[in-house]
Amino acid sequence: MSTSIGKRLLTGNKALAEAIALEMERDDHVFVMGEDVGVYGGIFGATEGLFAKFGAERVRDTPISETGFIGAAIGAAAEGMRPIVELMFVDFFGVCMDQIYNHMAKIHYMSGGHVKLPMVLMTAVGGGYSDAAQHSQTLYATFAHMPGLKVVAPATPYDLKGMMIAAIRDDNPVIFMFHKTLQGLGWMDQLDYSIGVVPEGSYTVPLGQAKVVREGTDVTIVGIQMMMHRAVEAAKQLEAEGIQAEVIDLRSLVPLDKETILDSVRKTHRLLVVDEDYLSYGMTAEIAAVVAQEALYDLEVPIARLAVPDVPIPYSRPLEQAIIPSVEAIFTAARQLVQM
Amino acid sequence: MSVDSIRVSQKEPQVSTDMLQRMYELMWMMRQLDRRAVALQRQGRLGTYAPLEGQEAAQIGSALALRVQDFVFPSYREHAVAYVHGMPLKRILLYWNGRYDGAMPPEGVNLFPVSVPIATQIPHAAGAALAAKLRGLDQIAVTYFGDGATSEGDFHEAMNFAAVMELPLVFFCQNNGYAISLPSRKQTKVQRIAEKATAYGMEGVTVDGNDVIAVYLAMREAVAKAASGGGPTLIEAVTYRMGSHTTADDASRYRDASEVEMWKARDPILRAENALRERGAFSEEWVTQVRKHAEEIVTEAILDMQSEPPVTLDQLFDHVYRDMPKELAIQKQEALSRQAKGESVRG
Repeated sequence: MSTSIGKRLLTGNKALAEAIALEMERDDHVFVMGEDVGVYGGIFGATEGLFAKFGAERVRDTPISETGFIGAAIGAAAEGMRPIVELMFVDFFGVCMDQIYNHMAKIHYMSGGHVKLPMVLMTAVGGGYSDAAQHSQTLYATFAHMPGLKVVAPATPYDLKGMMIAAIRDDNPVIFMFHKTLQGLGWMDQLDYSIGVVPEGSYTVPLGQAKVVREGTDVTIVGIQMMMHRAVEAAKQLEAEGIQAEVIDLRSLVPLDKETILDSVRKTHRLLVVDEDYLSYGMTAEIAAVVAQEALYDLEVPIARLAVPDVPIPYSRPLEQAIIPSVEAIFTAARQLVQM
Repeated sequence: MSVDSIRVSQKEPQVSTDMLQRMYELMWMMRQLDRRAVALQRQGRLGTYAPLEGQEAAQIGSALALRVQDFVFPSYREHAVAYVHGMPLKRILLYWNGRYDGAMPPEGVNLFPVSVPIATQIPHAAGAALAAKLRGLDQIAVTYFGDGATSEGDFHEAMNFAAVMELPLVFFCQNNGYAISLPSRKQTKVQRIAEKATAYGMEGVTVDGNDVIAVYLAMREAVAKAASGGGPTLIEAVTYRMGSHTTADDASRYRDASEVEMWKARDPILRAENALRERGAFSEEWVTQVRKHAEEIVTEAILDMQSEPPVTLDQLFDHVYRDMPKELAIQKQEALSRQAKGESVRG
């Protein structure tokens, strides 16, 4: 299949929907289930246009019943299908966590590899648009903590498409997180990052590979999804001050690409980890621990972490803006590391 | 517990004498296996075990009504269902010995691994039924669970899901009177678990779960309905758990001996024996042969189980993912080298 690199621009949601459509055309075992994924096209547009193209059998609206349809996806995957299910907001994990944590993640192990579950659970994450404490979390670490799952969180339309295709073809259960504000939806603030060049044909971006999105020599900033984009903005401002920041887009939480992080830290000798998840017991702690264990003597200064403090995400716009790491906060933290 | 208004087998024989003898043989054999498994647990040769004694008719009657292609999603007490559907006795024992093989049926046996958390297998069965429907296969799914499971959200979500999508599925509830210590009357306000089907626009059937023929016929009907596009059915088989919930509890702490005695009189194997006697098909010679054969098969399975080589640490790591992540491969090497040095495998 051709992958002509044109200048075609797509929003995040259209890139995702295109990935699913291509796989549904290629493999009739692939189908989609979830709340409002059919006629409506998904609350965050991830299944836009699929219903018209593939019909109600393969793009299946379900009752409001996350345990029911995620459990059913497990059964369907065990029976040879490749289901994609959408958990509308990651915050709703509480009503179906047993199916995710105890079944989706463990059945392959507990069956000695006899039952494989090639399924994708895609879910909307992230805040920044005043949707309050129960609709704004990322919960990256909550899922990355559990053995048996792959957990990915792409940040660009290009990666959303390529990693969705890779996730559908993967024989492991994959938690696929897309960031709401990176979908490019009309009713949200328009961000430049939510639109990008996307080739028309089919291609994959491997799960488990981080990407150096901006090279630098003075400090490494690791982020994922929105925090990666803000880190790039901060890096531009740092450059004006003569500081060359290297920015890594983690892209995948499990498997974690340690090498890319360690290689960068061995070059810059300074590390800042930025996260839109809560500070404690999170991704920032995991990466800090990896670097402390494996590259401590390469560090010039202590590792710095920026994340949401250990409080629920506020509804109030000024309060929410105050706690999600901003470009300014990343800029300041990185500059401090270099000036130490 | 009243068993009035519950379906029982008809006077006129609807199953052949050969079939009834087969039912008896299977019930007898599984009871022997069950008693030996409890003894093996007491000797430390099996882990915590969930005995099925008393529920042989519900399990064997229903499993015999399945077709080979139908997919079974069991709970943790369905050893007899597993055996009838094609799982070797040795592997059933290996499951309770902590072995992967216990979760691996032979090729072509459509049996999902045991699900120990309550009711969680029920949505999986709905998904398998959906897959069969999407693929146009002549296959139904059947899921087994107890009375306690019908209070869980997973049960209700799967019932609704299957009904509204008209899936080829049978929900088979063995109402054995207790969820560990909690009696059914404290579990639910409805008189019959089968009534719960009404809320989902589904047919609910209650059957005498200790009458192997009645169970078989009810299941056969539900399977045929599901296979012909008639949608799901909830079957409640009213039965009784003669033993404890598992080898980790003591049923005498929460139920009267008189109640147990009452159910002994309704023993499913005794009732099958009476039905065979009525047909003149229960000779001492025949039953001696049946019991000898069962003893041999069960003993052989236990010896086979005990001759398995020790488990190895590799198994812990090898099946977490289809493809082992680099980080996990490192953790595996560390654990193996610690073990080789005689150190604890703990980190």
